[in-house]
Amino acid sequence: MKPLVVEKAQAEKWLEELCRVFDVFCPVKVKGDLYQWGRLGKKGLPRIPEGVPKTTIKTFFFPQPEVLFEFGARPGLKDAFRLKEPVCEKRPRLLFGVRPCDARSVVLNSMPYEEDPYFQKNRDETTMVGFLCKDGCSTCFCTWTGGSPLGMEGMDLAVVELEDGALFLEPITEKGLGLLEFDFFREPTEEEEVFVKGLREKVNKDAEETSSRLRSKGLMDLYNAPFWQEVSDACINCGTCTFLCPTCYCFDIQDETLRGKGRRIRYWDSCMFPLFTQHASGHNPRGDKLKRVRNRFMHKLKYFPDRFGPVSCVGCGRCVRDCPVNIDIRQVLARMLEV
Amino acid sequence: MSSVNEKIAGKIRSIASSLLESGEVAAFLGYTTGSLPGMMQPYVARDAKEAENLSWSSFCVINLANYLPALLKSFEPPRRPNEPPPEGPLPKVGVVATGCWSRNMVVQIQENQIDRNRVVIVGISSRGMVDRRKVQRFVGNREILSMEEQANFLVVKGKDFEEKINRWDVVRDNCKTCTHPDPVIYDELVGGLSGKRDIPDRFRQVDEIEALDIEERWKWFQEEISSCIRCYACRNVCPLCYCPTCFVDDSRPQWVGKSIDRVDTALFHILRAYHCAGRCTDCGSCESVCPMGIRMRLFTKKLQKDVLELYGFEPGLDVETPLPLSTYKVDDPEDFIITNIKKGDKK
Ligand code: SF4
Ligand code: SF4
Ligand code: SF4
Ligand code: SF4
Ligand code: SF4
Repeated sequence: MKPLVVEKAQAEKWLEELCRVFDVFCPVKVKGDLYQWGRLGKKGLPRIPEGVPKTTIKTFFFPQPEVLFEFGARPGLKDAFRLKEPVCEKRPRLLFGVRPCDARSVVLNSMPYEEDPYFQKNRDETTMVGFLCKDGCSTCFCTWTGGSPLGMEGMDLAVVELEDGALFLEPITEKGLGLLEFDFFREPTEEEEVFVKGLREKVNKDAEETSSRLRSKGLMDLYNAPFWQEVSDACINCGTCTFLCPTCYCFDIQDETLRGKGRRIRYWDSCMFPLFTQHASGHNPRGDKLKRVRNRFMHKLKYFPDRFGPVSCVGCGRCVRDCPVNIDIRQVLARMLEV
Repeated sequence: MSSVNEKIAGKIRSIASSLLESGEVAAFLGYTTGSLPGMMQPYVARDAKEAENLSWSSFCVINLANYLPALLKSFEPPRRPNEPPPEGPLPKVGVVATGCWSRNMVVQIQENQIDRNRVVIVGISSRGMVDRRKVQRFVGNREILSMEEQANFLVVKGKDFEEKINRWDVVRDNCKTCTHPDPVIYDELVGGLSGKRDIPDRFRQVDEIEALDIEERWKWFQEEISSCIRCYACRNVCPLCYCPTCFVDDSRPQWVGKSIDRVDTALFHILRAYHCAGRCTDCGSCESVCPMGIRMRLFTKKLQKDVLELYGFEPGLDVETPLPLSTYKVDDPEDFIITNIKKGDKK
């Protein structure tokens, strides 16, 4: 679809218009260098920080928690244990400033969640305005995983920030096109087109290779590889890597009741937690941390590609930066590729 | 790496490899250099060759005592929960310990989590570990590509900057107020001892919060924990947290809700801190690992202060002094235990 350009001053007005229709979210500075996804502040165009914010957009697709249904929990009353759909009067959501890795994570997550009505509903209600990356950081590695700093997968509208603060807008979907139905825009100049094209040409892609090489490895060879002990020794089995990861989507389900009202919720779980696979009998098939650490990497880099094609990692580097004991998925990937 | 660290690392490697070579220990727990600037990784060497990977620097922020109970257990023959350990000596593990780590080992010995006869402790007096976040702030949150340690300075480089930082300026808060940098128990010593340090205002951070009025204090607490994602890294890294099932994971009965909720998060933090009262050595691991930069160490620091004021006790200084909160004395001013036993007897 045809790209358009919006000047900086006009962009503010454009965003104001969008706020009338959407609940707009963007990366918000919480403290120091900590950015999290939050509601767009009152005025002006938000500054989208380079790289990804600490937390991911998965909260919008897998809310923490997601209320599946509600029920009356006082036996004897008329509504006791009748299931009700949760009432929520949400406006459609717009995520402004999603980086390419995070946008792509939604595409990957929707493969296993293809038939999940909750995820798909959240996806339908969300529009993503992505900001392409001109500069990667030393810990992100999207090109190893099938993505690209200028990738547009998952976005409805892709934005390149031009030198003078104007935005180069490329609609990808009908939803994205809909965002441009205002008079704030102009056609890009030839120079601007050349600039964006130049950025694209700089990107090299070697990703297909990574996932196909992993797919070609023997499952049991990887499973029984000798390095898992060493990889897992330092791990403290916390939830940092999986909770911060945009492509981790595991959940648990529980009923909560309070003052006669009940709700069934689905909330984040992590294969790094011992309870993840604990059976009611007390037996735990992943009873020690080696098995849990191995599962995390095997799921992302072997089981998922075997089943769906790509690796379940977009190379955002969050787990690399924030694992408290510096377990680095890039090193684990390299070792798996050597098997 | 600074020559101080290089010397220490060399000694650790030679002690570890001779312990492993001779079969005295089955494994040696220390640190190896990580993949990112300013990151060290806890590391288990299982033979003399692997001992060559051991290293040392100012970035060893994780209390190695945390790994000890499980590592020792991994060398025991498998047995059922209530079965007694087998007769005869079990394999030993070697471990590096600074002041606070060794104090946590003392607490673990007192609480029957580790057997003193099964650990060979290589003591190191700590110079204070560096807080990566402080370094990050120092360079205005620009991306750091390398961090080189000199005796009293860090040289931090990024794409378009280079800064020389005074090491002490970026040392962790807990290390700055540490009064016992020397290991309290050890079998071998690397480097010299530096003696007890006198820090007159070591509870300043706590005093400042105590000075606030009750509403402001609650607000401070709520704000401090507001970005918690309940990853439990702070709990999992703590050498005091070894319960087979933590209260946050229990579901029958369920003490805390499982998803993100302000009340649940507050409850988690308050209870975690209380479970550490009279046991916490202010090693700072919990704060160092938090991905969200939450300073939950201040909660345990407050309790450390209370325990010192109420019982004149500091945990982990020697194996003989019992832990005040798991000991009952007949002259205990709180008589609720007796009252509960003879319910109704007492007015
Ligand atoms: S595994 Fe790590 S690098 Fe990959 S998507 Fe998850 S957090 Fe990002
Ligand atoms: S890595 Fe673990 S938590 Fe993440 S999606 Fe896979 S199984 Fe789930
Ligand atoms: S790999 Fe790192 S972040 Fe993940 S559970 Fe282990 S210690 Fe925590
Ligand atoms: S480490 Fe930080 S984010 Fe994780 S549970 Fe503890 S306070 Fe919360
Ligand atoms: S609560 Fe924190 S400071 Fe205290 S012993 Fe545990 S990890 Fe160390």
